[in-house]
Amino acid sequence: MAIMTLAQKLLAAASGCTSVAVGDIVTCNVDLAMFHDSSGPRRLKPMLQELGTGLWDRDKVVLVMDHYVPESDDESRRIVRIARDWAKEQALPHVYDSMGICHVVVPEHGHIRPGMFCVGGDSHSPTGGAFGAYMFGVGSTEMLGVVTSGEIWIQVPETLAMQWNGHLQRGVTAKDMALAMIGRFGMSGGRYQAAEFCGSAVKSLSMQERMTLSNMSAELGSQVGLIAPDQTTLDYLHDAGVPGAKDIDISHWQTDIGATVVCHEFDASTLAPQVAAPHSPANAAPVGEYGNTAIQVAYIGACTGAKLEDLRAAADILRGKKVASGTTLMVAPASVRDQQRAQEEGVMNVLIDAGAQVLPNSCGACSGYGGSIAEGANVISTTARNFKGRMGADTAQVFLASPYTVASSAVAGHIVDPREVMA
Amino acid sequence: MTTSVTRHKTWRVGKDVDTDQLAPGAYMKFGIDEIAKHCLQGVRPDFAAGVVRGDVLVADRNFGIGSSREQAAAALVHLGVHAVIAPNFNGLYFRNAFNVGLLLITCERATEIEEGEAITLDLPGRRIVKADGECLPCAEVPDFLMDMVQAGGLLNLLKRRLADGSLARHPMRA
Repeated sequence: MAIMTLAQKLLAAASGCTSVAVGDIVTCNVDLAMFHDSSGPRRLKPMLQELGTGLWDRDKVVLVMDHYVPESDDESRRIVRIARDWAKEQALPHVYDSMGICHVVVPEHGHIRPGMFCVGGDSHSPTGGAFGAYMFGVGSTEMLGVVTSGEIWIQVPETLAMQWNGHLQRGVTAKDMALAMIGRFGMSGGRYQAAEFCGSAVKSLSMQERMTLSNMSAELGSQVGLIAPDQTTLDYLHDAGVPGAKDIDISHWQTDIGATVVCHEFDASTLAPQVAAPHSPANAAPVGEYGNTAIQVAYIGACTGAKLEDLRAAADILRGKKVASGTTLMVAPASVRDQQRAQEEGVMNVLIDAGAQVLPNSCGACSGYGGSIAEGANVISTTARNFKGRMGADTAQVFLASPYTVASSAVAGHIVDPREVMA
Repeated sequence: MTTSVTRHKTWRVGKDVDTDQLAPGAYMKFGIDEIAKHCLQGVRPDFAAGVVRGDVLVADRNFGIGSSREQAAAALVHLGVHAVIAPNFNGLYFRNAFNVGLLLITCERATEIEEGEAITLDLPGRRIVKADGECLPCAEVPDFLMDMVQAGGLLNLLKRRLADGSLARHPMRA
């Protein structure tokens, strides 16, 4: 057996090769094609009609309505109607309509498992790498190629091993790790290669935290953000209802000792909460550098910032406290299921009692497609991107941070280190 | 390869041009004709109305960072942009561009090209010739991607494959 990285093993399996070398261009068989109301049916349907062909395998297709829901105007109603009608026409077996954001809903239903090769019609599709699957984002035309052929080409990437030693301090999260890496390497630092997150600090992350790390591979500029599967992965899949999850053989889906990687080491134990200043995630720096920046809007939302664990983190800060006057806190839980669980645990009530407005389970202001934030506001947000105008207001100044930091800043009315609030 | 040597007028933009600048979120619900009107409005308000078929866009590092929305590449095709030249591109944008028929040329020294300069693209020679005759080396575009651009994108290649039988047809339903 050739010595290979996890990325190489996944691509070898998907391309039917015994081994693949970095730089090889291979054609891979797709195990799962995920897309949403914006990138999916409204674009795919007319192109499929033009080609006069259909889906290669509808069992391998997952459709999620998350970008234009809830519908706010005629155009969004039209786009979502196309998605719903097409799902019926095609008799799609896997459709999640207004259930939350695709990168959260698809894993929580057990669709992404170790060893799979998946594509998503969304740039944050590397989230699936958290499960030891090769998953990356493509545009609609490339998705058309996938759904008509079941195949896609890949150039076998190098592996950038992001090794996080030690353990995170309380109040420091995967979001802070992601921002620190993006701050250090920039938005093209990943060179469209395979990032693999490893080390003791990654091993001790929960699945949802790992998903946050893999998700922001998009901002790091890597094609995928892989995490080798372990017992944590299998426990999550078991909880998600995957039959035989506990018996999935994960021993193969690991980077071999001696495989060639570019290794970057980090010390998790000294990592401070990170804040990325406008207008780039690459402007990340320790929170102290932005202390006292006044905040008018605090936003806890998105696939990378409003999962159950993110809501719990916010509640840890907000319990018994109130959002500062002059500051608005908005919370858009990433999925219906996570919101239900947060409700059962009392987490939602803590957020509401603190003064949070609860928004629908969708991409919301993160994508800037629907409801947007106010012009001129200083915003601190758990989302993944703070490009100028991204959240719908050109003059807004958007800072990115973890749910701990966003919640703490909402209480203080200015950017603050959550460790001070928790002390 | 049948690519000829071609001359173009340039438009300059800076680094980190993201997909929200190329295809602003607020217009994503509309068709490409509407999105294209707002292409780069934040950084080059004169671009969408002024660009002429055959012009090339020249950018600094990290062109196309951000979303998977291929409208960020299709808008440039719609406006008649012949190619984008930059020192590097976001990987997902790179795939999308060729899939919608947009030529991307990786040129480490792209920023030496000036606004409005008449340049010559010599793809077979893997170089860009500046107005003053200076040559800037650029990376080779693999044949299969050049084929994609010349076909006008992946959609047309798929049509060809369905026609010649190298891609099987599946039932359409409805």
